[in-house]
Amino acid sequence: MTTTDSPPDAAALATRVEEFLAAHDPSTTEPGEFLRARFAAGLAWVHYPAGLGGLGAENGMQAAVDAAFAASGSPENRPRLNVIGLGMAAPTILRFGDDAQKQRWLPSLWTGEDIWCQLFSEPGAGSDLAGVGTSAVWDGDAWVLNGQKVWTSMAHHARWGILLARTDPKAVKHRGLSYFVVDMAAPGVEVRGLRQITGEAEFNEVFLTDVRIPDDQRLGEVGQGWAVAQYTLMNERVAIGGGTLPRESGAVGSLAARWREHPEAHTPGLHDRMLRLWVETEAARLTAERLGQQQAAGQPGPEGSGVKITYARLNQECSSLELELRGEDALRYADYTERRPEVEDYASRDAGWRYLRFRANSIEGGTSEILRNVIAERVLGLPAEARADKDVPWKDLPR
Amino acid sequence: MSAPRTPVTGDLLYSDIEDDLRASVRALVDKQAPWDAVLARTDTDEPVDTDLWKRLTQEIGVAGLPVPEERGGAGASWREVAVVAEELGRAVAPVPFLGTAVATALLLGTAEDELLAAVAAGERTAALAVGATRGAGRPVPVTVERQGAGDLLQGTITAVIDAVTADVLLVPVSEGLAIMEADGDGVTRTTAESLDMTRRLTDVTFDGAPARIVAGADVDRALRIGAAVLASEQLGLAERCLADTVAHLRDRHQFGRQLASYQALKHRLADLWVAITQARATARYAARCAADDSPDLPIAAAVAAAHCSEVALLAAEEGLQLHGGIGFTWEHPAHLFLKRARADALLLGSADHHRSVLADLCALPA
Ligand SMILES: Cc1cc2nc3c(=O)[nH]c(=O)nc-3n(C[C@H](O)[C@H](O)[C@H](O)COP(=O)(O)OP(=O)(O)OC[C@H]3O[C@@H](n4cnc5c(N)ncnc54)[C@H](O)[C@@H]3O)c2cc1C
Repeated sequence: MTTTDSPPDAAALATRVEEFLAAHDPSTTEPGEFLRARFAAGLAWVHYPAGLGGLGAENGMQAAVDAAFAASGSPENRPRLNVIGLGMAAPTILRFGDDAQKQRWLPSLWTGEDIWCQLFSEPGAGSDLAGVGTSAVWDGDAWVLNGQKVWTSMAHHARWGILLARTDPKAVKHRGLSYFVVDMAAPGVEVRGLRQITGEAEFNEVFLTDVRIPDDQRLGEVGQGWAVAQYTLMNERVAIGGGTLPRESGAVGSLAARWREHPEAHTPGLHDRMLRLWVETEAARLTAERLGQQQAAGQPGPEGSGVKITYARLNQECSSLELELRGEDALRYADYTERRPEVEDYASRDAGWRYLRFRANSIEGGTSEILRNVIAERVLGLPAEARADKDVPWKDLPR
Repeated sequence: MSAPRTPVTGDLLYSDIEDDLRASVRALVDKQAPWDAVLARTDTDEPVDTDLWKRLTQEIGVAGLPVPEERGGAGASWREVAVVAEELGRAVAPVPFLGTAVATALLLGTAEDELLAAVAAGERTAALAVGATRGAGRPVPVTVERQGAGDLLQGTITAVIDAVTADVLLVPVSEGLAIMEADGDGVTRTTAESLDMTRRLTDVTFDGAPARIVAGADVDRALRIGAAVLASEQLGLAERCLADTVAHLRDRHQFGRQLASYQALKHRLADLWVAITQARATARYAARCAADDSPDLPIAAAVAAAHCSEVALLAAEEGLQLHGGIGFTWEHPAHLFLKRARADALLLGSADHHRSVLADLCALPA
């Protein structure tokens, strides 16, 4: 293997994966050890810098590396449980963290040893995230946090949380914020399960009472929290955006399978809806694929917001139509018992659960209405919404 | 019955060459056929802009793009054809590009090299004489038959597109494809007043018309490629409608505010933009499949046709509505796009037609 300064191309990456697998047999190496070694070899996220799990490769080369590892039966880094860590916290740490912060958090984040959660939303601040009221006050040697977060997915699994708090209530609301990393095991952090419409408690309320956070757990400058948070949210939407999906994957897949298995349920009206959803899902699939190609070619488009709106709608419509196909069976529900859900593939859940869970798709991660505002303003250049909160100190805003 | 397999998608972006081609077509069309000229022409008895067509075919070579060099073409592919279709859709240009694409797809499968080369060079124009709403995946009824044992044809075909200025008609008959001079003996062409006056229909009657009958022509495939090209035309049209509507709403004030600042309108335009990004992905994929002769072309073309038909129609209808009264006047271009979009959504098979074809292809039976 020759080492050069120029970023590795696809062939060089394939060779490195091969050599790595030859040295670390996935069937005999302990999974944690395997993943740590993979991180050290720069094959975790190859577009990250060397020394931080990457090799400084161009964007768009990770998929082939992941596929090669998956084909070899390599252990997974708990990607579904750690979506927030991998998709949102990591890029934010990479962008705004100092060297010590990157070394401290990125390795255990990537291997899945540490799960992350996102402590942004509050009872009084959802879409209007810049309105958060959780306070962070400097106390000579630490920040002291008080407040309440809500809808926090994964908080009960999480070791770390990214958090937006108000450090200056006298400033205009976007300017008085700072961004922190919270140790979820710190004294004063209380996580309470919050039951949702499926019956399960997938997300949480998080109460923060005099939680002390050292200053080396701040990302970005004091007062710059909004810019950091926006970067996190942008990555959330990109993570949802592009990529290659199989034809008929996701909600339309369950629907089409049901359609094929139950010809007795067919009617002309249902057939038309089935076909429309199939076409729309295929169009959405190709759109996501094209977005992925644009990202890989270094022309990231704003299509991500559109892809998210579309998938939310299609998941909702497909799962709703599937219930219609099920008839009487759709009136029964598997289990409303309050419990913590397993994090698993939605397709393995029953149709009623999916119908209910998909209602959240147009709320979580930015509502579809807010995404339409984003497209209208940032893509089409239409005027911003009229707002009543400009030039007013946060503490004087009506709530 | 099982789920369809996932084919390789291929490149859905535009190449630099495609961008250059788009720029040349746009420059020519903007100069030669701005919307007011297109509109004025609809009131004349010369519905086709033959001068523009000549320049498009001879200066840019748009008709030769899908034809290999050794057969007299430019040796490009259906991907480039699709890019030209986007631009011509954007301008509702009154030229026989779509009909030429269908005829070329058909001739490529025959040994008619002389005619193919003449069409590729823009020296002659050929049109497939089938009803405009016929789409791939379902048999096209044959309404023209040979008289006795000879090669004289008898019959009628209504609503043919791009036949107004055609030199040659390609007519499906039971024995194969009849090739005939469009103004030959026994052929009567009547140009119809058409919903879309930028692409007028022709009714054709054959009464003892001499023809040459050839084998090898695959009408179904030609219609399918036509649907893929049409999807790109619809994409270009939809983008134009969105751009014009955005410009209008930014410009016009009511209740002391820009119309574009009302959220109800912003969200409608955002939804339209989302639909157009999808239309682009489906149209690019269909063009890619046509270019590479992918086995997934039937699905790709049907998806693009079903989707882009509805998106173009939505764009044109939203465009008209959001222009208010001015958009309803003859002197404003909105109706050119509305009529083209409404007609296009029926051409080469309606969205419903293509969905029913997909039901067969994807094992989703009624
Ligand atoms: C399943 C699930 C998981 C979640 N996980 C997390 C998490 O892990 N971490 C976290 O921080 N948050 C999480 N959230 C919270 C989520 O981000 C918020 O619920 C969301 O941003 C909406 O905020 P809200 O609930 O306060 O609704 P509101 O902002 O009060 O919105 C109510 C309605 O008004 C509309 N609306 C609001 N503003 C406008 C406007 N300007 N123009 C037009 N319409 C508008 C909205 O679209 C919505 O329909 C989760 C939510 C769900 C449902």
